[in-house]
Amino acid sequence: MTDDAVVVEGLTKVFNKHLVAVDHINFTVKGGEIFGFLGPNGAGKTTTINMLITVLRPTEGKAVVCNHDITKDANGVRDCIGVVPQEYTADEDLTGIENVLLCADLYGVPRDESKKRADELLQLVELTKFKDKQVATYSGGMRRRLELACGLINRPHVFFLDEPTLGLDVQTRAATWNYIKLLKKEFGMTIFMTTHYLEEADVLCDRVAIIDHGKIIVTGAPNDLKESLGGDIMTLSIQDGEEDVSEIIKKVPNVKEVKKQDSTYRIKVVDGEETAPTIIDAVRAQGHKVTRLSLTKPTLDEVYLEYTGRSIRDEEESKEGFAAQRMAMRKARGGRAMGGHP
Amino acid sequence: MNKNNGNSKNPLHGLWALTNRDLKKWYKNPVILMLGIIQPIIWMSLLGKAMNLGGIFTSFTPTFPPSFPPQLQQQILQEMSDFSKQAMTQIFGTADYFSYMAVGMMSFVVMFTAMFSGMSMVFDRRLGFLNKVLSTPVARGSILMAKILSAVIRALVQATIVLGIAYIIGPLSVSSSFSVPYLLGVYAALFLISMGLSSIFILIAIRSTRQETQMAVVNLLNLPLMFASNAMFPASLMPEWLQTITKVNPISYATDATRQLILYTPNMNQLAIDFLFLGAFAVIFSTIGIVLSWRYLSK
Repeated sequence: MTDDAVVVEGLTKVFNKHLVAVDHINFTVKGGEIFGFLGPNGAGKTTTINMLITVLRPTEGKAVVCNHDITKDANGVRDCIGVVPQEYTADEDLTGIENVLLCADLYGVPRDESKKRADELLQLVELTKFKDKQVATYSGGMRRRLELACGLINRPHVFFLDEPTLGLDVQTRAATWNYIKLLKKEFGMTIFMTTHYLEEADVLCDRVAIIDHGKIIVTGAPNDLKESLGGDIMTLSIQDGEEDVSEIIKKVPNVKEVKKQDSTYRIKVVDGEETAPTIIDAVRAQGHKVTRLSLTKPTLDEVYLEYTGRSIRDEEESKEGFAAQRMAMRKARGGRAMGGHP
Repeated sequence: MNKNNGNSKNPLHGLWALTNRDLKKWYKNPVILMLGIIQPIIWMSLLGKAMNLGGIFTSFTPTFPPSFPPQLQQQILQEMSDFSKQAMTQIFGTADYFSYMAVGMMSFVVMFTAMFSGMSMVFDRRLGFLNKVLSTPVARGSILMAKILSAVIRALVQATIVLGIAYIIGPLSVSSSFSVPYLLGVYAALFLISMGLSSIFILIAIRSTRQETQMAVVNLLNLPLMFASNAMFPASLMPEWLQTITKVNPISYATDATRQLILYTPNMNQLAIDFLFLGAFAVIFSTIGIVLSWRYLSK
């Protein structure tokens, strides 16, 4: 017996004998925390969650969810978890309340108890007014909330959320975050969620694990990870920047690292606000003109870039490029959601 | 952490909830129900009424040689009418083809409902609903049983409607021995056939994510299953090889049982064989289904 909600050791899933979706991952989710699984599309997030919720059999390795082994005692796991899948799984032909009660029956919650809980939960996610309406008439945000209510009907100890805000607009996403925080406060459970929205992980999660190509690259609290980058990020542009001034910048105290990209320099620096003038002076002293300077406190984006090893160019891609990429990602995800796992 | 949530540990929990979900989806959508009923009506009124087999001998005027005595001509026509009735009764068991075919239609509608039951399995997988159910403590067998059960209930309701409509279009030459226990027997036979058939089709769909595959299977099998049986035409008139197929085709047994009970004075031996076959068919395939669902519902 431990207080750890989820303990994963060497968990691996290989599809069709050669496609390694999850590759010997290890992590622990402490009881009562929100743990975020962060990674790009196809990194193995959903595969991991599907193994933990006993829908997918692991090829290798071991995982224990609320002290039940996922392969040896799958029913024990199922009894103590709640799941909000990536897709909208509520039945469109049924009403909101019918869907919640259906979930209650699936968990074997007694009828008199389930009615009480369903009303409570629907109130919590503010769907009481629409509970007798067919789900087909619900908006995306309402459906997400209904999924949350369904997932909570058995009072789970560990709540699994797979991309809880995928496909929602910015406003609805923020609202959904609030619901998740509220539910966590109300029920005090452990939450395991996957996401590829960095700000979502930053806002919600106590700890995150960054996963890429089926492997966990780093685990830690968002703040620790940001601090691990070793300071602020400064971007500096030089006029007629043919000549490399990296060496000059590097000599400035507090500068940790300089990367040159055309005439732009990405500088890792401690105490950015105070060091910036010194850097400008040093560059000017060599007869160069600073045309542009920006200073950012490290965000999870920076952490992500640092650990997944994507180049600065990727980050500075045009807005359209980013939008196109996101569209493609969504399409791919939709395709996968419809086609099931390979 | 290891607390039980106080949820019941009834091994069948969730079975009725899942069945009820499928049934609700069905009766909340009357179009599907209507279409399911219209098809057998079309068959009954077109084939059953159009193929007036009994009329072949009675409604044609033979040309007799001029030397033939008119008295004899009259007698021959009279005899032919009797012969045709005899032929129908001997071969079809009832004097009119419509009744024969209408009862066969009950098996037909049951078969169609069973065939499409696999489709809802495919959709549940595609839409992620199945994954959600798999993450709950519902017994894996219950997930499959719920699909079978809802298909069976739908099939029985539709068969009842078909029988009612056949009675209205009529005339349905119901046998004088027909009674309430016989009606229950009819339902028992239809229950068994739909249970066995829907088990097969749900099994085909158990890991599938493509409804196209399901459609292809249904298209491939529905005509052979229907016509290589006694549902439309007596197997006794079919060539030997086809008769062999009708003998393993469960539709034949369901149709025979329902006909014996509704139209004929039942031959108890034959009826026992029918029910034995149907019972074995239902038990074997639903058991296979449940056993395989433990292994194959999850990937």
